Amino acid sequence: MSKEKLLEVKNLKQHFRTGRHSVVKAVDGISFDIYEGETFGLVGESGCGKSTTGRTIIRLYNATDGEVKFQGEDVHGKKSAKDLKKFNRRMQMIFQDPYASLNPRMTVMDIIAEGIDIHGLADSQEARKKRVYDLLETVGLNKEHANRYPHEFSGGQRQRIGIARALAVDPSFIIADEPISALDVSIQAQVVNLMKKLQKENNLTYLFIAHDLSMVKYISDRIGVMYFGRIVELADSDELYANPMHPYTKSLLSAIPLPDPDYERNRIRTTYDPSQNDTSEEPEFREVRPDHWVLCTTKEFEHYKKEYASV
Amino acid sequence: MENILEVKDLNISFDTYGGEVKAIRGVSFDLKKGETLAIVGESGSGKSVTTRAIARLIPSPPGRITSGEILFEGKDLVKASEKQMQNIRGKDISTIFQDPMTSLNPTMKIGNQIMEGLIKHQKMPRGQAKKRTVELLELVGLPNASERVDQYPHQFSGGQRQRVVVAIALACNPKILIADEPTTALDVTIQAQILELMKDIQKKTDSSIIFITHDLGVVANVADRVAVMYAGKIVEIGTVDDIFYNPKHPYTWGLLGSMPTLDSNEEELVAIPGSPPDMLKPPKGDAFAPRNEYALEIDKVQEPPMFKVSETHYAATWLLHEYAPDIEPPEAVKKRMKGFAKTGTIRTSEEGEKS
Repeated sequence: MSKEKLLEVKNLKQHFRTGRHSVVKAVDGISFDIYEGETFGLVGESGCGKSTTGRTIIRLYNATDGEVKFQGEDVHGKKSAKDLKKFNRRMQMIFQDPYASLNPRMTVMDIIAEGIDIHGLADSQEARKKRVYDLLETVGLNKEHANRYPHEFSGGQRQRIGIARALAVDPSFIIADEPISALDVSIQAQVVNLMKKLQKENNLTYLFIAHDLSMVKYISDRIGVMYFGRIVELADSDELYANPMHPYTKSLLSAIPLPDPDYERNRIRTTYDPSQNDTSEEPEFREVRPDHWVLCTTKEFEHYKKEYASV
Repeated sequence: MENILEVKDLNISFDTYGGEVKAIRGVSFDLKKGETLAIVGESGSGKSVTTRAIARLIPSPPGRITSGEILFEGKDLVKASEKQMQNIRGKDISTIFQDPMTSLNPTMKIGNQIMEGLIKHQKMPRGQAKKRTVELLELVGLPNASERVDQYPHQFSGGQRQRVVVAIALACNPKILIADEPTTALDVTIQAQILELMKDIQKKTDSSIIFITHDLGVVANVADRVAVMYAGKIVEIGTVDDIFYNPKHPYTWGLLGSMPTLDSNEEELVAIPGSPPDMLKPPKGDAFAPRNEYALEIDKVQEPPMFKVSETHYAATWLLHEYAPDIEPPEAVKKRMKGFAKTGTIRTSEEGEKS
């Protein structure tokens, strides 16, 4: 895999005003890079800011502070309509709820072709039709489906339509916000397999946001763990699961139920108590070992290093 | 152990404009005292309908129990009147619903919602009921219980609300607790807490639990026995070890194969192709045959009966017939069976005792 940076997020902040004096710091200064062709997983509990991060990266929200660079260009900040259009073509999103994210009054053909029309990617009606048929086939549907409406499809099929719509403009980067959590187990595997296949064929880069940790581990090359608006740990997925360092990551990993009764009988769950953290100074993001970053204070950093050396 | 509940050849249909939907087609199982039975299956497989029928919560019309018996301590609930059912619901059989956001009344203080059952079923005076309510809230691990009884549902987080729902369900020490995807809407850490709580309470009160879920990880955590449902039928039933380490039905293979384990690095998950059948027009023969790569010719003509694998383990697949060809289960499942060979000696006696 090439180690070319596709996306750089630097100290991104997203604060929402919820009243005259109250501010919710949904995302509070996070930094990470996503390399070309990889899948970056973002996990955390609901309300930790993972979806907000995805939505801010694609400019659905304007960032409060910080920088998002896509292929070296700043995503936020003033842009002409033309630049914005160009940017939108390269970054697309797949949404969580396949029931809410498709317009019920549009045919599948029009839903998928919306991006093609906006960007003028088809010069004739024939070409437009052909492109949609091709896309439907890519995602495992067939062309008879093009003239139907979303309510005629099952959840898994709708998610395929959502994927076809994202692919229609040939993006290089796709943000998938919990794309499988609304689907049945057997269908989840179908969609994940499809996403993996498409990644290989089109050299796509994914930001995969989810709370299902076993699926995230399966699909991701690297994983960031979010807690209260901050990334507390970031590492290669195998490394993260083998040597979790931050107490929150440990508690999260120990809480995943695995489909293995013997393991479950002997499970020992650890709980995370934020008050046990060292509060003598503001924690910083530090590299404990190559490519394994943990949010910690100097004291904790020394501790993690020692702990790691003993492994 | 004695059976507290026996469901015999239950059939349930819904009358719709499109015609009769046979949602449940001949479901039989029993539930023993103090055990946890997990029912797994995709949405639409009939797992919720089955358990709602046990509490007689199926609206009629359109729903109809066309035949079958639900014997609760020997009494047939199918024939019970609404009045008799009202005495059973909440007292002997209570239900925890999936969505804690919608199963509480937003205009009532949570204390009053918990007290309802106590006052009605146990004829408790209000003051005593309130005291008991505070105890219940403490039991489910809600801090500051005595202040929180007077709060409204919107003042609680999702996990806390689900604890309140659990407290309501437990208020009258039910003999059977039906938990319909109680943790699906919750985060993993909160889910782990609720599951531990339910197991803990079960140990204390010796109630039986029917646990509906589609998360096999949760099943492995809570269940003593597992029933796998597909298209309105139980296709495989056995102890948790039988189902996870020695599955016989291709649908169970598919379910187990489509979940990644944390140490799996296989290139592709084993997905089940296609989608569940339309129950308005159920296919002839075995309903799973069109999605089953191991389907035999006979699957297209005749539905398989339940074959006995062992005293505790039954599966409805023609593959278990003596004339069936020998078929190797997929790699992922075979790996599990190897695990079974190692641990096969540890059986039901140790279940439920967890660290």
